[in-house]
Amino acid sequence: MRLTPDAWIFWQYGVVMLNATIVFTWILMAVLVLGAALITRRLATGHERSGWQNLLEIVVTAIMGQIKDVGLKNPRQYLGFLGTLFLFVAAAALATVIPGYEPPTASLSTTAALALCVLVAVPLFGISSQGLLSYLKSYMQPTPIMLPFNLISEVSRTMALAVRLFGNMMSGAMIIAILLSITPFVFPIVMTLLGLLTGMVQAYIFTILAAVYIAAATRSSKAAKAPAPETNT
Amino acid sequence: MLIDWFTVGAQVLNFIILVWLMKRFLYQPVLNAIAAREQKITAELADAADTKAKAHQQQIEYQEKNQTFDQQRADLLQQAKQEASAEAERLRAAAAEAAKQAKAKRAKALAIETQQLHAEIVQQTQQQAFEIARRVMADLADASLEQRACEVFIQRLQTMADDTLATLGSALKTTSEADPAVLRSAFELAESQREAIQSALNDKLGQSIALRYETNPELVAGIELSANGQKLAWSIADYLRALAISPPPATVEPDATEPA
Repeated sequence: MRLTPDAWIFWQYGVVMLNATIVFTWILMAVLVLGAALITRRLATGHERSGWQNLLEIVVTAIMGQIKDVGLKNPRQYLGFLGTLFLFVAAAALATVIPGYEPPTASLSTTAALALCVLVAVPLFGISSQGLLSYLKSYMQPTPIMLPFNLISEVSRTMALAVRLFGNMMSGAMIIAILLSITPFVFPIVMTLLGLLTGMVQAYIFTILAAVYIAAATRSSKAAKAPAPETNT
Repeated sequence: MLIDWFTVGAQVLNFIILVWLMKRFLYQPVLNAIAAREQKITAELADAADTKAKAHQQQIEYQEKNQTFDQQRADLLQQAKQEASAEAERLRAAAAEAAKQAKAKRAKALAIETQQLHAEIVQQTQQQAFEIARRVMADLADASLEQRACEVFIQRLQTMADDTLATLGSALKTTSEADPAVLRSAFELAESQREAIQSALNDKLGQSIALRYETNPELVAGIELSANGQKLAWSIADYLRALAISPPPATVEPDATEPA
């Protein structure tokens, strides 16, 4: 039994390898992008539109609504990053119903990569929003003594993001694999459904946490000067 | 080791590519479509509001027009009623005037007809009375009616009142041979009758009176003496004049049902 799809290696040349994590990620990317491209190829701007277009609009507007609810004033600016994060993690969890599939998010490498992306994206959004100096000053709030603790917090929450998603996805796949060997009927199906729910919840948590971090980074200085108005609607 | 750093790097790259691809193929097209639709709906709503405002404006205009039309119609109706009333009054007055004129005309015609009928009846009565009297006189005596008339004339001359005689006499005395008094009779007088009248006249007035004899059948068995505007006469017409007091019963009364 493989603990991670990283161990399922198709091809390797030195450190360069083609494992299941990368391959399934490519497949998911292809499905997501091709599906989106096919549906958005003919978008109707009138009152009559297809069900697929409706689905996409619901997904996109729901993500934007969540981003706005977190407190980010211009959700369209963060939609690309946060929306893709959610859709990738959710798609990776939903695809577990396909036999032989192993979710790339069950690999700590993938979750670490996503967490690193968040780790980089948060300061980038913060700097673009309030400037480099102002953003860096936020690490010394409320006092410069807090700087190391803030830095530790930054790293630890990134690690927590990675490990949380990895643990949940890996354990879900593990439980199903173990149950299949013990009770091959019915029970694995229930657990798979539960796994789907867990996967969706994890996708939601991952995205919302990233959004919260970004929101904190983009308005920390303003919050320090004056209490920001409540934007959660 | 659960983390393979090459895989981590590859996944970071994959994720960045995926972000770009999803932006390109999903978010932008969908958001653009939503924005376009919202814009379209906004335009439609604005258009609908504009149409509604125009419709409201038109409704107000039509209501005002309707009120104006109603007012004009009422005015025209009132005017037409007044004109019709005036025309009816005029026609009624004209009809009344025409009826009045027709009535007057008919009354006049009736009066003329009555007068003519009366005159005719009088004349016929005179003629018939004369005829009856003449026949009666002829049957009863030898003397003719003319003779009798002559005698009556002489008698009247003789029994004439003094004042009348004086007036007649002064007129007769002015006559001469050149301008004699005129004695008219309905019939040709016999010589004896002429002499009797002449002598009676001479006796009464005490002088000779020049006479000229004329015949006029309209006197109806009568004799008339006239000179210088004075006249002494006797004829059946005098008696028949009494008949003229009351008109003959066979006259036509005006129609009582005729409108005034």
